[in-house]
Amino acid sequence: MNKKANKDTFAYRLKKDWIRNRSLYIMVIPVILFYFLFHYRPMYGAVIAFKDYTPALGVASSPWVGFANFTRFFKSVYFARLIKNTILLSVYNLVFGFPAPIILALLLNEVHNKHFKNLTQTVTYLPHFISLIVVTGMLTDFSMTSGLFNDIVAFFGGERSPLLQNPSLYRTIYVASGIWQQVGWGAIIYLSALAGVDQQLYEAASIDGAGKWKQLIHVTLPGIAPTIITMLIMRMGQLMNMGYEKTILLYNPSTYDTADIISSYIYRVGLLEQDWSYSTAVGLFNSLINFGLLLITNKLSKKYSETSLW
Amino acid sequence: MKVKKSKEEKLFQVFNYTFLVVIMIMCFYPVWYVAMASFSNSNLLTQHTGLLFKPAGFSFDAYKKVFQNPMISKGYMNTLFILIIGVVLDLFMTSLGAYFLSRKQVLFKKPILLFILFTMFFSGGMIPFYINLRELHLTNTLWGLIIPFLITTSNLIILRTAFASIPESLIEAAQIDGAGHITILFNIVLPLSKAMLAVMVLYYGVSIWNSWFWASAILRNREMYPLQIILREILLSNDTSSMTAGSSAMDTEAIGMTIKYATIMVATIPILCVYPFLQKYFTKGTMVGAVKE
Repeated sequence: MNKKANKDTFAYRLKKDWIRNRSLYIMVIPVILFYFLFHYRPMYGAVIAFKDYTPALGVASSPWVGFANFTRFFKSVYFARLIKNTILLSVYNLVFGFPAPIILALLLNEVHNKHFKNLTQTVTYLPHFISLIVVTGMLTDFSMTSGLFNDIVAFFGGERSPLLQNPSLYRTIYVASGIWQQVGWGAIIYLSALAGVDQQLYEAASIDGAGKWKQLIHVTLPGIAPTIITMLIMRMGQLMNMGYEKTILLYNPSTYDTADIISSYIYRVGLLEQDWSYSTAVGLFNSLINFGLLLITNKLSKKYSETSLW
Repeated sequence: MKVKKSKEEKLFQVFNYTFLVVIMIMCFYPVWYVAMASFSNSNLLTQHTGLLFKPAGFSFDAYKKVFQNPMISKGYMNTLFILIIGVVLDLFMTSLGAYFLSRKQVLFKKPILLFILFTMFFSGGMIPFYINLRELHLTNTLWGLIIPFLITTSNLIILRTAFASIPESLIEAAQIDGAGHITILFNIVLPLSKAMLAVMVLYYGVSIWNSWFWASAILRNREMYPLQIILREILLSNDTSSMTAGSSAMDTEAIGMTIKYATIMVATIPILCVYPFLQKYFTKGTMVGAVKE
C-alpha cells in the first residue's frame, strides 16, 4: 500500500518534471554527449590495459590478457626509478610550490599602497600567460653554456656548464621555474580569502595587545585555513599526477635518471613507440593511485578539519 | 584607525616592499631580456655576456626573417582558426551545461552533476584518449583540437555559479510571460553574465593559444601546425634553418639566436598586451571558482 503510494509520487514527479523541464533536458543533451564521447568513452577504452590491443581488432574484440601488462610494468627495470622520480618531483613541487603563493599573498596583504599592490599583482601574473613552449625554450637557452644563467654563475666565480644536461640540477630547475610561473596567479585565491577575514578580529586582537606576528598566527591563518586546506586536498589528489607536458619539453636522455616520470614514460612508450596496451596499463595504475590519494586526503581532512571537497 | 607604527613594523614594511620589488624584477626580467635580445644585432649579442638592459646594437633583422617565414604566418592562421571557432563553440557548450546545472527543481540534476564532476577526478588516461580520437576520425584535422576540448569542467562550474546568482524572480517572470529555457538563456541569463563570459573567453582563449600537446600528437600534416608547434621546432629543436638560408655558418648560428627571441616575442606579445587590461575579470573568475560547492 505504502509502496504503491511512493511509486505514484515518483511517477507523478517524473511527469511534472518532464512537463516543466523538457526543453532543459533537450538543451543538456549535447553536453552529456560531449562527456560521454570524450571522457567516458576513453574510460571504457582503458580496458585495453587488460587486453592485447591492435587497431585492426578494435577495443572490443582484442584478446584479453589479464594482468600481464601490469606485471610487465611492475617487473620493468624502470618501475622503481619512475615511481621515485614521480614522487620526489611531486613532493618538491608541493613542499616549495604550495606555500609560495600563500606567502606572497600574506606579504601583499600587508601592502597598504593600492597602486603598488596592483602593480605587483600585474607583474607577478605575467609568467602565467607565457606558454610552456616559450618558458621551456627560454630555460633551455638560459641554461646553455653561453646562456644567461651561466653568465650569472660565472659572475659569482662558478664554472660554466650545460645546466639542463645535469641530472642533479633537473628537479631544482623544474620546481623553481614552476614557482616562477605560478606564484602570482596562485596568490589570487588566497588574496580573496584574506579579504574575507573579519577586520574586527584584527582590531580586537590589537586592543588585546597582539603584535603583527600574533595576529598572523591567531587571526589571519585560521581565517584562511579552509581555503588552504581545500587547495591542499586538491594538490594531494594530484600528487602522482605530475603533468607530462613540461617534462617532455624539458628533459633529454642525459637527465632521464631524475627527470623521467610515469606520465612522460607513458608518452614515450604509448605515443612514440605505440605500445598501447602496456602504456594504458601504466596510466591506469597511476590514475587509481591518484584517485585513492584523493579519497584518503579528503577523508582525513573531513575528520580533522571539517573541510572537504564533497 | 590610526595606530602609531612601532619600530619593528616600520622595519617589516621596508623589508616587505623590498622583497616584493625583487619578486617583480624576477618575474619581469626574463621577458625583458628576451625583448631586448630580439632587437639586438646578432653578432654583438653572441659576444655579450651577462644581463642585458638594452639591445646590444639595434636591429630589426630577426623580425624581418620571422615575418618572412611562411610557417610562422601559417601557424598564426591555424591558431587563429582554432581560437575563434574554439572559443565560440566552447562558450556555447559551457553555457548550455552551466544553465542546466544552475536551474532549481530539476529531477535529474544531481545524477547529471555527478556524471560531470566524476571526470575531474578520474580519467581513462592519455593513450585511451588518443585511441578514442583515432576511432572518431579526429586525428589529422584541426577539428580534433576543438571538439574534444569543448568543455573544461572547472570553467563549467565557475559559469554555473555565476548563472545561479542571477535572481530567480527575473527568470520566473520570463517564464510567466511564456519564455522557454532557450529564450531565457540567451535573452536574460547570458546578457546578465557578461563579466563572467569575458572571463570564460580569456580562460578558453589563453589555454587554446598556449596548447600544443594534442596538436603534436594528432597532426601529421605540417600545413596544419598551430603556432606553438612551429615555436617548439624553432626553440627546442633549434631549427631555424628555414630562416637562415643564405647566411654563412657563423652568421647562421648568431642570427639563429635573435630569431629565436624574435619568435618568442611574436608569439607572446598578443597575450601580454591583453591580460593587464582584463586583470579584474579573471581575478573574479578564480574567486568564484574558489566558492565551495
